[in-house]
Amino acid sequence: MTNPDMVNGPGQAGLPPVKGGMPGLGPSRWRRRAKSVGGVAVSLVLTLLGLLLVTFIIGRVMPIDPVLKVVGERATQAQYDAAYQAMGLDRPLWDQFLRYMAEVLRGDFGRSISTGHPVVEDLKRVFPATFELALLGTLIGVFVGVPLGVIAAAQRGGWIDQIARVVALVGYSMPIFWLGLMGLLLFYGILGWVGGPGRQGIIFDGFVPTVTGMILVDSLIARDWAAFRDAFSHIILPASLLGYFSLAYISRMTRSFMLEQLSAEYITTARVKGLSEWRVIWGHAFRNIFVPLITVIALSFGSLLEGSVLTEIVFSWPGIGQYITKALLAGDMNAVLGGTVLIGTCFVALNLISDILYRVLDPRAK
Amino acid sequence: MKHLSLRAILLATAVSMAPAAYAETPADTLVVAAQIDDIISLDPAQSFEFSGTDVDNNLYDRLVDFDPMDMAAGFKPSLAEGWEVSEDGKTITMTLRDGVKFHSGNPVRAEDAAWSLQRAVKLNKSPAFILNQFGFTPENVDQMVSFDGNKLILKLDQPYAQSFVLNCLASNVASVVDKETVMGHVEGEDFGNAWLSTNEAGSGPYTLGTWRPNEAVQFVAYEDYWQGAPAMKRVIVRHVQESSAQRLLLEQGDIDVARNLTPTDVDGISGNDKLVIGTEPRGRIMYMGLSQKDPLLSKPEVVEAMKYLVDYKGIEDSFLKGQFKTHQNFLPEGYLGASDENPWTYDIEKAKKILTDAGITSGTVKTAVRDIREYVDVAQTLQASMAQVGLTLEIQQMTGAQVLDAYRARQVPIFIGEWGPDYADPNTNASTFAYNPNNADDAKLSYLAWRNSWAVPEDMNKATVAATIEGNTEKRVQMYLDIQKEYREIAPIVPLFQRIEQAGIQKNVKNWVAGGAVSSVFYRQVTKE
Repeated sequence: MTNPDMVNGPGQAGLPPVKGGMPGLGPSRWRRRAKSVGGVAVSLVLTLLGLLLVTFIIGRVMPIDPVLKVVGERATQAQYDAAYQAMGLDRPLWDQFLRYMAEVLRGDFGRSISTGHPVVEDLKRVFPATFELALLGTLIGVFVGVPLGVIAAAQRGGWIDQIARVVALVGYSMPIFWLGLMGLLLFYGILGWVGGPGRQGIIFDGFVPTVTGMILVDSLIARDWAAFRDAFSHIILPASLLGYFSLAYISRMTRSFMLEQLSAEYITTARVKGLSEWRVIWGHAFRNIFVPLITVIALSFGSLLEGSVLTEIVFSWPGIGQYITKALLAGDMNAVLGGTVLIGTCFVALNLISDILYRVLDPRAK
Repeated sequence: MKHLSLRAILLATAVSMAPAAYAETPADTLVVAAQIDDIISLDPAQSFEFSGTDVDNNLYDRLVDFDPMDMAAGFKPSLAEGWEVSEDGKTITMTLRDGVKFHSGNPVRAEDAAWSLQRAVKLNKSPAFILNQFGFTPENVDQMVSFDGNKLILKLDQPYAQSFVLNCLASNVASVVDKETVMGHVEGEDFGNAWLSTNEAGSGPYTLGTWRPNEAVQFVAYEDYWQGAPAMKRVIVRHVQESSAQRLLLEQGDIDVARNLTPTDVDGISGNDKLVIGTEPRGRIMYMGLSQKDPLLSKPEVVEAMKYLVDYKGIEDSFLKGQFKTHQNFLPEGYLGASDENPWTYDIEKAKKILTDAGITSGTVKTAVRDIREYVDVAQTLQASMAQVGLTLEIQQMTGAQVLDAYRARQVPIFIGEWGPDYADPNTNASTFAYNPNNADDAKLSYLAWRNSWAVPEDMNKATVAATIEGNTEKRVQMYLDIQKEYREIAPIVPLFQRIEQAGIQKNVKNWVAGGAVSSVFYRQVTKE
């Protein structure tokens, strides 16, 4: 999971290592790039295929009967059998999987039995909600967590370091459910600073035309400032909460990366040369932790994209975490598989983006 | 760059920190918070979940219907303005009301009513059995249900009690759908089921704005509704899972009604002078099913003793406070023939005596309980009182789907859960608690008596069937009282409590009706002051 080279893994078996080529030679560089793109595509397909297969098998051996969700507890045996056959559950497992794959290739992820809607339609609705929340949460985590980690490392043992430690510890150990409810009680119930549970205030519900599905973005597109303000007042609390948790992780990781750099010899050299402490830290040491830091941030963002079920429940946030959990409990495999493919694709894409970022940020990786 | 963004975020946070002014909800809009994640379809021929029928009840009209302002009066003429029963009691001819229009503008005709019933029977989804009780099958329904001009003609296989038939016609599955509109969306043999699952074609007081699963349902008032346009022009039902979140929204004035408050949260808002608590007995019965397959539980003395091991009063006054009341009969209050006799009390000594007289001093039962707080709590108090008479109860918590799976396979020794009536007639509960035509394992029936492996005595089976045919309503009531009397003495499926719905409501909202024991929620009579 933590290996950023994962995307280059399965698809490129047998190829020479990327770094092995002669730099600067035009044609070979292009070929390498083409191979790398092809490799990424192949690995993407293989990863998703593997993911689907494993999820499918787990879903089918799970002791949850999807037919019951469809027919309910009153159904007669005949109705049950009819639904069982209509869902294709009487066929062998491999046959079911092939049929499913054939439909997926046609872009049809089927209909969810727990919502009655086509899975693609459901995902278009729930994923932007989670994406918006996760993005804002990660931004908060990065812009607070990274500086906090750097300063904590620079003043190791100082009061900022102690505070950072406590902040991180609380972030790791507090149940998000409780923290969410307390946050709502304080900032919504008592102070009235933020909006309540849900993505929007009731009067704005359904008034901003859906373009991206992210209400903040959509209200900006529609230039509806009141709706934007309302959506922001609803998202800020859950986003801060998620941001806090990713902050806890990011600041601890930043701190340990920085400590490693600060004890390196080139830092001593820089100090001996009389550079200011500010330049030593931000200009030298910090630049060198970009690559591992990006991995940490990408992973943290990825885990938020899966949806934080508890946060979504507390804040009535109709995101993908709740969607998949509910589907799983109902044995609604179309929805689970569709959601898995989407999240799998996100992880692959995040790996790819961080891979590209390494090359941009670290000259040695070019 | 970094500093700039940090500043941007701080700025943005400061903007949001300005206290937002929270006015009450708009005067012509009703906002409800509820748990609505159980909706899987809006098609009345398929929808059978609580929240799904809550939605359909406001989108569609039925031939006969309940009056939300007078639920006790029972069914009244709705799309059918009157009806006649033939002399042999086997044909009912209903006259359709003139001038009623569907949301599409199409007139409501007898043809639509006939097609709606035929459609429900042919689709054969779970609620179809409600109509099939009259002898309808997918093969014969075209002959049994027909129309002639503005008359709908129903032929029945037995001279059923008029109240039985009309109570069933008041249920969601008998909603009248717009044939012309639905026909335009038929896919293969589905009678428009896929389309109607997420759309509507009704004539009810509201049209469907949007339904976003697990998120919200929005209704828009139908201005041409034949009983007058509803006062609330918009109704928004939002899915809010947590009781505490519903309470916060209510206290802030962001919603008008909160439907899933726990006893703690109801207590919490009871002192708030802007809110009132609405209390309505609903049809759901919490019961304890003792499987007659279990060697211990199949002893009549154990069944008798178990009835004295439930701490009815203690439970009612503590963790079920205000939301359930003791009710030891299978017909809930609000139903024809309901009985209010509750003979059992919590009496350890009596239970112990019954058991020791029968020579039973120890025993162990292992059971599965659905992971819902109320059920687990009831199971645990039962566990404690059973321990006092030497019986050990081992409880395993499972998800709803897992427990249901085991229950359908007759493998739950002590089932603790709820039963909700399917339609407004007493037969809905009598035919499941007190009726089991075949107790064999391979019969695979869905009656509660079958699931608890209880071979209902032949005379009780017969009485249950006979009660659906008795034309005299007074006699019919007496028949149900008699069945329940015998049932209390012998049955191993023990009704314990009846559900009471407590809703937190803004004081300015009037006429909130969740549907009583026999129906679902109504929005058309709601007003705001």
